This record gives sequence, structure tokens and C-alpha cells, in this order.
Amino acid sequence: MFFTYIYRELRRRHRQALLTALGLAVGVGLVVAVTAYAGGVGDAQDTVLHSLYGVGTDITVSQTQKQSQSGPPQFNMNPGSTSKQGKAFSRDAVRSAPGQQSLSATKVASIKSLDGVAQAVGGLTLTSTHVSGSFAKALSQSSAQPPGSSSSSSSSSSSSSQPAPSASQAPIKVSSFSISGVDVSQTGLGPMSSTELVSGRTFTTSEATTKVAVLDKAYAKQNSYALGDTVTISGAKYTVIGLVTSAAGTSSTSNVYIPLTLAQKMSGNAGKVNQIYVRAASAKDIATVKTEIKTVLPKATVTTAQDLADQVSGSLKSASQLADNLGKWLAIAALVAAFAVASLLTVSAVSRRVREFGTLKALGWKSRRIVGQVLGESVVTGLAGGVIGVIIGVVGAQLIAHFSPVLKATVGQTATAASGPGGAAPPGMQAALGQAAQTVVVHLTAPVSIQLVLLAAGLALLGGILSGAFGGWRASRLRPADALRRVD
Amino acid sequence: MTVTTPRNLEEDSMLYDLTGVTKRYTQGRRTIDALAGIDLRIGGGEFLVIQGSTGSGKTTLLQMLGALDRPTSGSLVYEGRDVAKLGEGDLAELRSHSYGFVFQSFNLIPTLTAQENVETALVPWHVGGEERRRRAAEALEGVGLEGRARHVPSELSGGEQQRVAIARALVREPKVILADEPTGNLDERTRDDIIGLLEELWRERGQTLIVVTHDTWVAGRASRRIWLDAGRLEAPPVDERPGPAASAAPVRELVLQT
Ligand SMILES: Nc1ncnc2c1ncn2[C@@H]1O[C@H](COP(=O)(O)OP(=O)(O)OP(=O)(O)O)[C@@H](O)[C@H]1O
Ligand SMILES: [Mg+2]
Repeated sequence: MFFTYIYRELRRRHRQALLTALGLAVGVGLVVAVTAYAGGVGDAQDTVLHSLYGVGTDITVSQTQKQSQSGPPQFNMNPGSTSKQGKAFSRDAVRSAPGQQSLSATKVASIKSLDGVAQAVGGLTLTSTHVSGSFAKALSQSSAQPPGSSSSSSSSSSSSSQPAPSASQAPIKVSSFSISGVDVSQTGLGPMSSTELVSGRTFTTSEATTKVAVLDKAYAKQNSYALGDTVTISGAKYTVIGLVTSAAGTSSTSNVYIPLTLAQKMSGNAGKVNQIYVRAASAKDIATVKTEIKTVLPKATVTTAQDLADQVSGSLKSASQLADNLGKWLAIAALVAAFAVASLLTVSAVSRRVREFGTLKALGWKSRRIVGQVLGESVVTGLAGGVIGVIIGVVGAQLIAHFSPVLKATVGQTATAASGPGGAAPPGMQAALGQAAQTVVVHLTAPVSIQLVLLAAGLALLGGILSGAFGGWRASRLRPADALRRVD
Repeated sequence: MTVTTPRNLEEDSMLYDLTGVTKRYTQGRRTIDALAGIDLRIGGGEFLVIQGSTGSGKTTLLQMLGALDRPTSGSLVYEGRDVAKLGEGDLAELRSHSYGFVFQSFNLIPTLTAQENVETALVPWHVGGEERRRRAAEALEGVGLEGRARHVPSELSGGEQQRVAIARALVREPKVILADEPTGNLDERTRDDIIGLLEELWRERGQTLIVVTHDTWVAGRASRRIWLDAGRLEAPPVDERPGPAASAAPVRELVLQT
């Protein structure tokens, strides 16, 4: 009887019931779409951070060099005697990445021993600049000029101050690439944690002093390196054992990865690192650990993943703001409106059935049963609204994902931000970025999870229950004698 | 009062005992005494007709007798229980077990079929679905509507609808059937039909039948008639006493109804 009665009643006022259900569906659909969209934006942010920062890295520590100490690599371009004029030359300079001051490797150990630190690993980021050409015939006796236009850059993300050939000079070829020294015992954390292996292998723990290298895939392609080839760095030959990309599939932060010990040696930085990667024992410890590190290394720049996330700008940021502000409020407003409409329609349906309920009460139906009947009708309407709403939401989410433009996220803004005190972006990135900001391109998805679907259905159900409770309350207040007198 | 003498004088068969029953309605600052002190005893198996002019309190009295409402004061004892002192739940219980209602405008649930409408009377009893359907079908058969069980009220004539309502009242085999102008919306032939049906059931089952009516023909069939005037029981008006003068009554009622 309960279900028959619900079915008959809803069939009689199917237009109104459908309207109620659709109202709830739109509210719920918006919630689903907006939540899925926000989830997608969140995923995109994760992807961006992941590709810039590495999985599992909670904090990076580096020390910014005073501006005066930083300078372009100096090449001795002075031919010395005129007899050398016109002769060919080729030189390499491997330097710590500009703007960074090295830290003693002992600091890694002291950070590691801090409370709440699960792991700490040092890394050394270098820039190798190679200059070749012939000495100019008539050249003012001077060193290479300060930074100017870069004539050649092996990768878009790789650039540094380079000696600029002056107009009078014979052609000089200048190329540079970035190198990361990786602690081979800890490849899970450190410069390589933001990369993904695409072919070959990474370092094994026994390769601390073996001349092997892992290359960024794009860099390898550009320079025609394949697995097994050798790369010459600072005059030494390294065997290519693996190729990587960033986690987002774009170029990784460094062009070349080699064992840390070798990187320290070739750059004259024995026992030194210029970046420390820290993993906290738990996410809630990150803030505490950051303060602790600040006490141990007062001059260091300590950057957490959150700090970095806060610096993300570009269309991704706008997308996230859109989801947070407009989307959220739109969904809430639609939901509230749907609840109100559902309640109003239910109450009006109840007041049109006063006599019906009076009759049932005369037959001995208890108020509870009548409330249950009204509630049952609303719950069925709510469930229908939930189902339609989930469909609207899922379709909406797919449309958003399908039609939304590719989003761009930019981290780190200008050279001043990078080299200024407490510089924003971690130096490891800066090394790779040069002094420009890095932009990562991500495709937006709008994932709809089971939990979200359940939440949506729950919301619609709640709307149904709420409106049914209103209507039922009105119905239960009717006194049968009065209800039966009502002429309608 | 002279009119309260029951047909059956035996104390055991007494169903209702009303003493000083009043019902006061308050509408803003205005109060209406719909019932102004009713003393009435009704025995089991009576066919009682309540008559009176419009607004005299007939419906109000019937609602008190049907436990749809409690009196404002006085006592209304049904089978030894004072209805005036019962809570909402107990009133509902009493209604579902003892009374069957028939209304002037039938009051069927518009969305439900004839069969389902009859079934609604069995819902408070929590009987199983199968038994419920069987008993409802039997009740419909009893009023001669077995062929229309699957029709909704809007597909039935007024007479048929009232038959469904009677089946709904009878399906629980209640002690008392309360009918408020059951033929008020029906033409004369259908009226004869419906009253004939109620009378037949009353005779066969020994139920108590209490009918409010303006219709002198219907009133003439009762075992006892009472008159209400402004919330009080009155002696029957001279021209309404059974006898040759009764033909004058319809004229008076016509005047009152317009
Ligand atoms: N809920 C109520 N609120 C206020 N006044 C009411 C209410 N119910 C009934 N009344 C008043 O009580 C009086 C008696 O009403 P009742 O319906 O019992 O009369 P009745 O004899 O059945 O009349 P009719 O023959 O027209 O059906 C009337 O004056 C009516 O207006
Ligand atoms: Mg009346």
C-alpha cells in the first residue's frame, strides 16, 4: 500500500514531481560538476608541483648567494700572444648554478637529525658552459663580456649568463647545459624525484663514482644522444644509462644527471651541496620542520611545497579561483534554491490534500503514517533528482574537461624574485629555469569519484527528506475534524 | 428528554452515553457553541437519524460520536471509555476499530482505485497484503461493485463512489457506521439505492447506523430520530412528527437551504 500510494500520487502530479526532481538535479549536478572541476584543478596543481618539485619532497633548502659573488663564468679568452690569434680553441667551465651558494654536506646530516624529518638528501646543481671557436684576430684585450644575448641554448629551460661574442669577433659557439649531482643512494628523494624514467635505468647505489649519466629525453634528442652513448662533461666521458622526462611529461629540471660525488669533484665543490631535499615524517610536521631548519641554517631559503603552490600563477590559478569562488557559490545557491522550491511545492501539494489526509485520519491512520507517506513521496522525488543530477554532473564534468583550454601554470616570476633575499622559487628550479619563470602546461580533467556520486545522491535525498519533513509536518498538524470540513 | 428514550432499554446494549457534551469553536474573538450541552444515549443496533437545520451542530455531533474530535466539556462515554479523555493515538485506534464513516462528498482518495480505497481502511490494522486484498474485494462485492475494482473515483458515478465509500466503511465490520448526509449529492433513485443498501446491511449485521440527513424520506426509515437546534436536542417540530402533516417538511427545508 505504501509504495502503491506513493506511485499513484506521484503519477498524478508528475509534472510537479518532475519539476521538484529537476530542481534538485540541477543543484546536485552543479555540485558534482564544480567539485569534479575543482578536483581536476587540484590534480593539475599537483601535476605542476610534482613536475617542478618532485614526489615526496616536502621542503627544499638552499642558500642564495649574494649578488656580487654571482657572475658569469669567466673564460680566459686572452690569447696571451699574438701568435695564438686565429687559432681554434674549445673550453669547458662547470660551475655551481648561478645565484647559489654551496652548503656543507654536513648540513644534510644535521637536517636529517631534526625532529619530524624522515629523510634529507643533498643535491648539487651545476651549469656547464662550453665555448669553442677561434680567437679573434683583432680583439681588445679583455675577458668575455658580461651577460648578453645567448647565442645558443640547448634547451628552452637551460640558459645562463654567457660570454657574448662581440661584433668584431670570429664566430664563437657557446652552449650550456645544466647538471644535477644525484645522491645515488637516495634516488627517491632529490633532484631526480621530479622525473620519470622513460627508458634505460637510474643509478644504482654502487655507482657513486662511476661515470654514468641520466639525460633529459628532450635534451638527448636535441643533441642526438642515445642509451649507451657517451657524453663529455668537463673533459670526462660519461655513459648514458637512462632517459627521463618530468612527471608532467615536459622537460625535466636538469639536462644531465650524474652521481653527486663526481659532480662535486668536477666543480671543485668536494663535500658541498647547493640544495637539500627534505621529506617530513608527516604532512602536519612540515611547518614545524621548516622553522627548525630556519634555526639550523638561518641564512638559507626554505621552501615548502605549499609555498610553491602559492606562487603558481597563470590560467591554472584563474581556474582554481573560478572553482573556489564562483563555482562553489553557484552550486550552493542552486542547491539552496532547489531545496526551497522542493519544500514549497511539497507544502503546497500537502495543503491541496487536506481533505484526503482528514479522510485517512478518520479511517484511523495515525499522523505518523501520513507523515511517512508524504516523506516517502519526497524521498522518491529526491532520489530521482539525485540520479538525474549525477547524470547532469557527470556529463557537465566531461564537457568541462573536453572544452576547457589547456591550462598554464607559471612558477617563479622574475630574476629579482630568484636572487632576492628569501628568493621565491627553490634554486634547484632556478638553475634549470635560468632566471626566467617556468611554465608547465597541463590538461584539465574533471574526475567524478564514487564518493562524489554518493555525496550528490545524498544531497538530493537530503533535499527530498527536508521538503518531505516540511510537508509532513504540515500534514500531521491537521486535526481530522477540521480537515474534513475543508471544502476544496 | 422525551426523545432520548432508546429503542432497546437494556443497559447492557448501551453504546454511547453523552452527558452535557459541549463543543465551542473560537474564531478570533467570536465563539460559537456548536453543541450546547447534549444528553444522549444510543443503544447498540439502532438506526438513528439526526436532523436539524443548517448550522445546528449535526456534523459536529457526528464528529464527536466518531471520535474525530473531543468535546470541549461534558463526557462522551463509548463502551465504558470516556472519549473526551483519550489522546490522539488512542482516538485513531478507536476510529480504526469501531467506526466506519460515510461522507456526503464520498471522500475517496482520488489517486487510488476502488479496490485500493477500500484497502486503506485496513492499513491501520497491519493485515497482510493478500488478506487485505481479499477482504477489500469481498467488501466491494458486498456493495455490488466487483466489476469496477480497478477504476479510480473519477471514472465512477456518484452512486458508485458512495458504494465504494460504504464498502470502505464496512470492510472492517465496525460496530458503528456514521454517515453525514450520505445521499446529499445523489439523485433520488441513487439515494433509494444507497439507503436501501445501508438499511440492508444494518438489518443483516446488527450494526449501529447513525445518519445525519435533511431528507425526510431517509429520516422516515430510521428506528429513532433526534432533532438538533442551535446545538441542543429538541422535540420534533409539530409538522415533522410522523403522520399526515409530514408532507410540509420539504418546503421548509428548501427555504432553509437557499
Ligand atoms: N472548525 C470550526 N470553526 C469554527 N466554527 C465552526 C467550526 N466547525 C463548525 N463551526 C460552526 O459550528 C456550527 C455547527 O456546525 P455544523 O457543521 O455542526 O452544522 P451542521 O448542522 O452540520 O450544518 P449543515 O447542515 O450545514 O451541515 C456552525 O455555526 C459552524 O459555523
Ligand atoms: Mg453538516
